[in-house]
Amino acid sequence: MQELPSPLERADEEAPAVDETDPKMSFLSYTAGLVFALLLTGASFFVARSPLIWSPGVPVGLAVLAIAQMGVHLVFFLKMSTGPDNTNNVLALAFGLLIVTLVVSGSLWIMAHLNANMMPASAIMEMH
Amino acid sequence: MSTGAAQVAGPAAVSSVVAYGFWIFLLSDIIMFSALFAAYAVLSGETAGGPTPGQLFDVRRAGVETLCLLFSSYACGLGELCIQRRRMVGFHVCVAATLVLGAAFLALEIDEFAGMVARGAGPARSAFLSAFFSLVGLHGVHVTIGLLWLVFMVAQIAAQGPKAFVLRRLHCFSLFWHALDIIWIALFTLVYLMGTR
Repeated sequence: MQELPSPLERADEEAPAVDETDPKMSFLSYTAGLVFALLLTGASFFVARSPLIWSPGVPVGLAVLAIAQMGVHLVFFLKMSTGPDNTNNVLALAFGLLIVTLVVSGSLWIMAHLNANMMPASAIMEMH
Repeated sequence: MSTGAAQVAGPAAVSSVVAYGFWIFLLSDIIMFSALFAAYAVLSGETAGGPTPGQLFDVRRAGVETLCLLFSSYACGLGELCIQRRRMVGFHVCVAATLVLGAAFLALEIDEFAGMVARGAGPARSAFLSAFFSLVGLHGVHVTIGLLWLVFMVAQIAAQGPKAFVLRRLHCFSLFWHALDIIWIALFTLVYLMGTR
């Protein structure tokens, strides 16, 4: 059977430089992303400043809004989708998220325990 | 070629391969940022008797910076759409907006840093401030590199025209710029909004 050209040989002859989605749809996608991002940003600032919200719940609310806005950016600006040509990108993103979660939550967890188990500085001074 | 899906679909388009490789780089960059985020989250209370986040940060300024980056990202996306359709005037308008908004963001951030250092709240003051300047400063360095990159891309398009390889590079820049905006979302939430409550 005929050899298929390697990706790099295919380079400039046939492959379009960027995704071949409908430009009008892309424009709508960017604009929808902008509107969603503005709404979520406004909501974050409102949640942080408003006296109406039970204050221990504010960090959770802010985290949820931030994650939602990152999702909006990924889908509408970076064009992440579940389409067949996007599988690799999404898998890499999932792996990246796993590492980020491990690094951040692991650091916080370890340091919280360390602080809890640490002898107070005054007690260390008395030992000398 | 062996059997399977690859035979039916053929090899991936080079634009997909380049974007995938650059996406891997961006994820590694985000993982590097996650270490600094973790450091900031751990150290944000360690003020060593110095100024606290609530005393230093101006949420309104952070809000303006957020809007600058968001609209800059949007303009960057529209610019890419314009050049795909060879609308060079629209492209240059969008790129100019991207550059101006990015530079405005950077100016606000440099002004904030200078003001903090002038008040004696430089990176050497406390562990909290060291973590703050590393995290926000590294994001600022990325924005600076992005602006320089975009200037180079404009020069390259002027010299080479909108050829496929130039457009691929521009697409990588666009991914980079959107990723910086994503990092900024985490940053303003953790540093500015949670810090000033």
